Amino acid sequence: MPFFIISRILSTLTVVFGVVTLIFLLIHLVPGDPVQAMLGETATPTDLEALRKALGLDQPLLTQWWNYMTNLLQGDLGTSLYSKEPIIDILIERFPATLELAAAGLLVAILIALPLGSIAALRKDSIYDNSAMMFSLLGVSIPNFWLGPLLILLFSLTLGWFPVSGRENLLSLVLPAITLGTALSAILARMIRSTLLEVLNEDYIRTARAKGLRESAVVIHHALRNASLPIITILGLQLGTLLGGAVITEIIFAWPGIGQMTIESIQRRDYPVVQACILLISLSYVLVNTFTDILYGWLDPRVRYSV
Amino acid sequence: MFKYQIVIPSFILILWLFVAILGDFLPLEPNYIILSNILQPPSFSEWLGYDDLGRPILDRLILGARTSFFVALWVILVSSTIGVLIGTVSAWLGGYVDLIIVRIMDVFLAFPGILLAIALSGILGPGIENVVFALSVVGWVGFARLARAQTLSLKHREHVIAAIALGASTPRILRHHVIPLLMSPLLIEATFGIAGIVIAEAGLSFLGLGVQPPTASWGSMIRDGTGYMLVAPHTVLAPGLALLLVVLSVNMLGDKLRDKMDVKSR
Repeated sequence: MPFFIISRILSTLTVVFGVVTLIFLLIHLVPGDPVQAMLGETATPTDLEALRKALGLDQPLLTQWWNYMTNLLQGDLGTSLYSKEPIIDILIERFPATLELAAAGLLVAILIALPLGSIAALRKDSIYDNSAMMFSLLGVSIPNFWLGPLLILLFSLTLGWFPVSGRENLLSLVLPAITLGTALSAILARMIRSTLLEVLNEDYIRTARAKGLRESAVVIHHALRNASLPIITILGLQLGTLLGGAVITEIIFAWPGIGQMTIESIQRRDYPVVQACILLISLSYVLVNTFTDILYGWLDPRVRYSV
Repeated sequence: MFKYQIVIPSFILILWLFVAILGDFLPLEPNYIILSNILQPPSFSEWLGYDDLGRPILDRLILGARTSFFVALWVILVSSTIGVLIGTVSAWLGGYVDLIIVRIMDVFLAFPGILLAIALSGILGPGIENVVFALSVVGWVGFARLARAQTLSLKHREHVIAAIALGASTPRILRHHVIPLLMSPLLIEATFGIAGIVIAEAGLSFLGLGVQPPTASWGSMIRDGTGYMLVAPHTVLAPGLALLLVVLSVNMLGDKLRDKMDVKSR
């Protein structure tokens, strides 16, 4: 197990190294002069030079990269061009809101997918199964930037049950969480159904039934427990969709998280903040995946011995 | 039951293709502003009503179909070509080249969902070319991973070994003996890819990072409509339904295609 964990962490480190490098290079993709783009047409040459120096853009690319890496390791992400705040403070202020939204979205996804997928598997080819799979197809096909406004129209503007936007109380979390979690719930329900269908054909399920166990005990203790492994992997992989979707969801509901900050900073051409936001979301995703891998190896010894 | 699941989505996709290609020849006035028609609901003379600037929504919907169709087409072409090339070569050469390419693919896969595309088009600025570029940068990895995995197993098949023994050159072997056998899994990847790209293009346009006005995109139409939802819900419903129908049809046909070709789902 220690060897497995170390090998996972090492491969994560190389990925992190690549991700940071790629994000560092982003600012060099700005068409024309990035400094000019950030300051706008009215900037004086003195201003341009000052910012170029402050961002280190006057130095050779390799030196810039080295500085970016070393500053990052010291927790220094630079300052925002717009608010003049240290970027790390902005991230610390904004990140909890995104985490809260992602956690709520995940909860919604599991709450919908678990019963939907399990019953679909248990009643295979029934009307229930067919409609659950139709829901699943609809769920992956409906864009969250359309679902969100529709939910607002129905539940906020017409019925007045939930606030239209913002982050005041638990009620304001409901619609964003549904918007974010629906796509994942659809994917998850499908996965749960197909994994359960495989497991339900195993010998130990027949044994459990032959012992005279209640059907609920067979399903919960014998089938779902064994089906949980592939489901955890899928969940880890799909968290990326959730985090990416959070950016759009935050914009729809004016949710004050990292995603909203990303888009606002793009509009203000505050590129250092854009880089930092993208970095934070990607690194969270990489960390979750590594954690899922390790968890999987811990739950299933076959995985860790094959490395 | 079975038949409807193929006929209806096929009909919707053919309509999408038809409208996208012939849109230029139809007498449309997508940018014609009539102030007295602002937010007018659907009527017999104008089936889908007017938007917040008094432009006919049906005409803009057709223009939006064009945008999403051509973005999807280009992104699939560019990302599958690059991805298949990199994936097959990587698997064929093996060794350090393969190791490095796999690491690079891992880095691209480390960006969650649409995030890298948002970052790229945010930095490059709006415009249809930048959308195609951003989505291709995100899209090639899926094709490369698939092509690599398939090539790794094809590499040891008898017909490939026979071709090597006959002295065929590597490009010839890849072109005639490996890539043709990759086609059916790639076709399925491409089908689901189209659904993802159509949503992603609309998503970028929804965020204001996609095509520039006055070019219409279903995504920017939804965004423009959200401000008037209570008084004119048709401005949000029409583009959203169009988007949903296309994506749903692609996904339904993709499912059928996967069942038919019996490729194990990844």
